[in-house]
This record gives sequence, structure tokens and C-alpha cells, in this order.
Amino acid sequence: MFISRFCRLGAHTIKRVVNAPTLTPRTSCSPVIYNQYLGALRHELFSSAATKLGSEDGNDEKEKINVTFVDKDGEETHIKVPVGMSMLDAAHENDIDLEGACEGSLACSTCHVIVMDMEHYNKLPEPTDDENDMLDLAFGLTETSRLGCQIIAKPELDGLRLALPAATRNFAVDGYKPKPH
Amino acid sequence: MASFGKIRWISRSISTLSSPPLRICVVGSGPAGFYTAEKILKAHEGVEVDVIDRLPTPFGLVRSGVAPDHPETKIVTNQFSRVARNERCSFFGNVSLGSSVTLPELRELYNAVVLAYGAESDRSLGIPGEDLAGIYAAREFVWWYNGHPDCRNLDPDLKSTDTAVILGQGNVALDAARILLRPTEELAKTDIASHALSALEESSIRKVYLVGRRGPVQAAWTAKELREVLGIKDLHIHIQQADLVTTPADEIEMKNNRIRKRIYELLSKAATAGQGPAPGQRELHFVFFRKPDRFLESDDRSGHLGGVRLEKTTLKGDDELAKQVAVGIGEYEDISCGLALKSIGYKSVAIDGLPFDNYKGTVPNLGGRVLADASKDHMQYETGLYVCGWLKRGPTGIIATNLYCAEDTLACISDDINKGVLSSNSLKPGREGLRQLLDSRNTRVVPYDAWEKIDLEEKRRGNLKNKPREKITTWDELLEVATE
Repeated sequence: MFISRFCRLGAHTIKRVVNAPTLTPRTSCSPVIYNQYLGALRHELFSSAATKLGSEDGNDEKEKINVTFVDKDGEETHIKVPVGMSMLDAAHENDIDLEGACEGSLACSTCHVIVMDMEHYNKLPEPTDDENDMLDLAFGLTETSRLGCQIIAKPELDGLRLALPAATRNFAVDGYKPKPH
Repeated sequence: MASFGKIRWISRSISTLSSPPLRICVVGSGPAGFYTAEKILKAHEGVEVDVIDRLPTPFGLVRSGVAPDHPETKIVTNQFSRVARNERCSFFGNVSLGSSVTLPELRELYNAVVLAYGAESDRSLGIPGEDLAGIYAAREFVWWYNGHPDCRNLDPDLKSTDTAVILGQGNVALDAARILLRPTEELAKTDIASHALSALEESSIRKVYLVGRRGPVQAAWTAKELREVLGIKDLHIHIQQADLVTTPADEIEMKNNRIRKRIYELLSKAATAGQGPAPGQRELHFVFFRKPDRFLESDDRSGHLGGVRLEKTTLKGDDELAKQVAVGIGEYEDISCGLALKSIGYKSVAIDGLPFDNYKGTVPNLGGRVLADASKDHMQYETGLYVCGWLKRGPTGIIATNLYCAEDTLACISDDINKGVLSSNSLKPGREGLRQLLDSRNTRVVPYDAWEKIDLEEKRRGNLKNKPREKITTWDELLEVATE
């Protein structure tokens, strides 16, 4: 069993090594990727499949909540997000395809997500003017839309389900849909 | 039947396995170009993408359009850098489509070409006096303060007048107004071009008018930018209460559109807040329901702008009620000014051999596949030729709009790849072929690592002045630093 875990670890590490210089990791500099390797190593060696065995290091002690991302084709990815982390960072750490052009500085709307349960939506703090200004420009905006970089994991959000908005064709900023040329 | 189809599918798959890897060229390294390149690389393993740009510096309007005091909007270049550094991607700077290499040549060198070169020209008003000195396209003014080498010597005269009129009410107009009115101590800490900073430090401009044909509900700016300009320190904002009266059609527009509503609320609040300007205070006037009739020549300086004559307008709704147009009512008023900026829209440039819709300023296309002719009588595509970004959709939207535009164009490309439309029997010359061709023409190509030298040097110089970077603004110096 342990051998198979080592094999999985090896495959996981190789996958990380191969993936790192190319497009998928959205983090911008190698020290962060290096830490991800260490994080991945620790996670593989010391955690069991379903539950966290705490206390190996500081990170594992932090409470994690369950979050599900649903992509535009309906495919679900279940991840665990430590309390205090934004959904944008959590998505990137788990190779989920959430854009983050401005890297969380409230200067774009590309990390737009749709909170699927009203109950969870209501547990989020109100968006600031700055977030609302960016949400104005989000494509496929809904009543329960938020920016992923502004949703911070907390225990009350356990079970959070976030949908990635469907890519929409050629929507202008004001929602006006131009006729095809 | 079914088994015959399966055999064809299998043989096609085998043939794509054994056919040479595809090579695609993207023309233009702004958001449209880089998002397209990124998506192609991600969707198709083994495909090589080369990105060419006529400037030695990449990133298009992210570098030369986004205002200096909006650094967070430029963070997306980190993502584009990662694309450029991918081994299946090569950046070719200082390579101009048309002069360094022609479109037919590119289509020979690559399996497919994606044109994403944006819109580097302007709509014109077509009114008398438009060629008087002191009138610029907002694009030129923006390129000037952002250090674009083509506008290095624009030299707008900011010292002989106290008033600037900006025609158009979008975010570009707000950017121009803000750069003219912001305290220069604040601008000094940004990556604004130093020649512009010097000019602004000596500027005598104290009043800016933002003039639009229609009303506050129709203005094209967005909330963040408007909020920002309304919050400039020590700036008197003037909005006429009468302009804020809404029609039933306005109410419908606002009901359907969250942005319009929030902007209207921002403007209403700003209108009620005002007293008169304090002595010496800079002023920003929002002028609605006025369209420019003509530019007036200055009495003191021949050939130079002295003012703008505006015609009052009223809104007429069309059948859908969602779109109201401005119609002149024959009453006029003048604003004296020595500087006028036309911020009424960019326009793409046509190139030889490329179908072009002159009215829309775009390349005729369907979802990103270029149509062989502008008429829609028969849908015939130009094989292997695609468009993305402003060249495809017209000059509207934000950076992120190109994300979705690129996805649409990629869908067409992927479809064509899967159908074998882009395959050829032998490997296309691609980047080696392009390099050979450019070498034979003595073109000084700027590859990505050469841009990184420019980048480092700009940051180094900026560091000495407490700026994020000190832009290098002449062609000669850019090429010198790139190739040293």
C-alpha cells in the first residue's frame, strides 16, 4: 500500500515537474511552484484519502472546507480549501481553469464565479463598490455572481458550490449582443 | 454505414497522427493575440505558435493604452509572458505585416494565420476645421503619454490654453481627462512617459469638457473609471441637473442594464454635491446632448484651434426603445479651447490582399474565420486565415472581452484542424522559414529575450526615479537596448 503511494507520489511529482514550465500553473514565479511541490509531497505522504490526519505541519492543522467547482460542461471538481484562502488561489492550486488576469487586485472580472446555493451566497459579506464595479463587466452575470478572488474560505461556507460561467459569444461591456458580421 | 464512418474516422486520426505538426502565426501581441496563442497551445499539443508584432515591445494596448495610473490592469502581462516563454511559442518583435513580411508570405510559411493586430487608426468626425492644429485623436494623445514610439514627437501644446474639450464619453475620454487634470505629483510615481510628465507639469490646462451627443444614461464609460475621476483630489465637477432628467426609454435602458444604472446614480450624486469651483480649482465639465458641428479657428493663431461649435441634440428612440439616437435641433453654442481630443472610436487599418469592411472597420468574418469577400451572398472562407480581437469585432470591450473572442476563434481553428482543413503534406517552414526570410531582408528581429532586456532596462531606469519603469520611447533606442 505504501509502495503504491510512493508510485503515486512519483507520478504526481513528475506531473508537476513536467507541467511547471508550461501554461497551466497560473502562479507567476518559480518559488511558489517549488512550495507547491513541497506541499504536494507532504500531502501525498502524510494524509489519508478521506480525512486529514492533522499535525504534521502548520498547513495541515488549518481547517479546510469542501468546495466544488462546476465547469461550463457540468463537470465537477471537488477540492479542499484552507480557511482564509481565496477561491481564485484555491482554483489555481488545484489546476482548475479559472482565469485571474489581474491576479486578485480587483482590476478585472475574469475570476467571475456563480455561487450555486443562495444560502452560501447570503453568508458572503456584501461586495464592495470596487468588486461591484468589476462585476458590472462580468460575462454571464447572475444574481449570485461574485469574483472568485473575493470569496474567502470560512467554516460556514463548507460545501460551497461554484459554477464557472459559460463562455458567451461576443458580449459587449453593456450586455449588448451584436449581430454576427 | 456506421462501420464505414468509423473506418474513415480511424484513418483520419491516423493521418493526423502521421501528418507533420501544425504551425500557426498570430499577428499582433496584444490581449487578442496572446489569449489566442495561449488557447491554441493549450488545446493542441505539438502545435507551434509564433506571435509577431510591429513594435519591439509586446502586449499591445496593455502597454500603450492602459493609463499609467492603472497598474493593476497591466498585471495580465505576467500571464502573457508565460505564454511567450513556452517553448512552443516564439515572439518576433519589430516585424511588420506588410513591410517586413507580406500576408501571402505568412500564409505560405504557416498552416494558419490569425490576424489580431487591433485598430491603430481613428474614426473621423468629418466636420469642418478637423485639420486645425491642436486637434488630436485620443489614441494619439494616449500613445503620447504612454510612450509609444510613433507618438514620441506629438508635442501637444498644453501651455497656450486653459481649456481642453474631449469629444466622446467612453473610458478613453475619461483616461485623457484624468491625465490632464490629475496632480502631476501623483503622475510622477507612475510609468507615464517622462516627456509627457514634463509637458503636463508645465501645462496651463485647468478646465476639461467631456462632450457627448447623448445623455448620461447612454455614456459608454464604466463605473470604476467614472468613480475614479469623480474622486480626484481638489477637482470641481460640473454636471447640469437638467441633463439628468430621464425619459421612459432611459428608464428601460437602465432597468435592463446594471452598468447604466450604477453610472447614472454616480453622476446624479456628483451633480447634487457641487457648489461652484473654488478659486484656482481645476474643473471637469460633463456636457451632454451636444454634438460637434465644427471646429473654429483661433483669432490669434492662424491654423490653430480656437474653439468648438456644438449643436444641441435630443434623443429619438428607435423601434426597440433600447437604443436612442441623438438628433440635432439647430441650436448652437461655442466652447473656447486650444486643445481638442476626439475620443469617438478607434478604427482598424486595412492591408493589401485582406478583405476589409471599410464602414465597420473590421475584416469580414464568421466567428473568426475570414470570409473571402465582404458580401454575404455565398459563405466562402479564406482557408487558414482567422481574426481575433478588435480587427474581428470592432474596437469595443475590455481586455477580458478578448478572452471570449479568442475562445470563439479557437473553436473555428480547432474545428478546421480536426477536419484536416489546415493539414499539409510536409512540415511548413514556420519560424525557421520566417527567420530566414527576415534575415534576408536585414530585419532586426526582437525575440522575447531581447524584449526582456528592454523590460529590465526600463525598470532599472524607473527605479532611479521612483517609478515602476521609465519607458524607452524612440524606435532607435528600443532597438539599441534590445540588441546590445
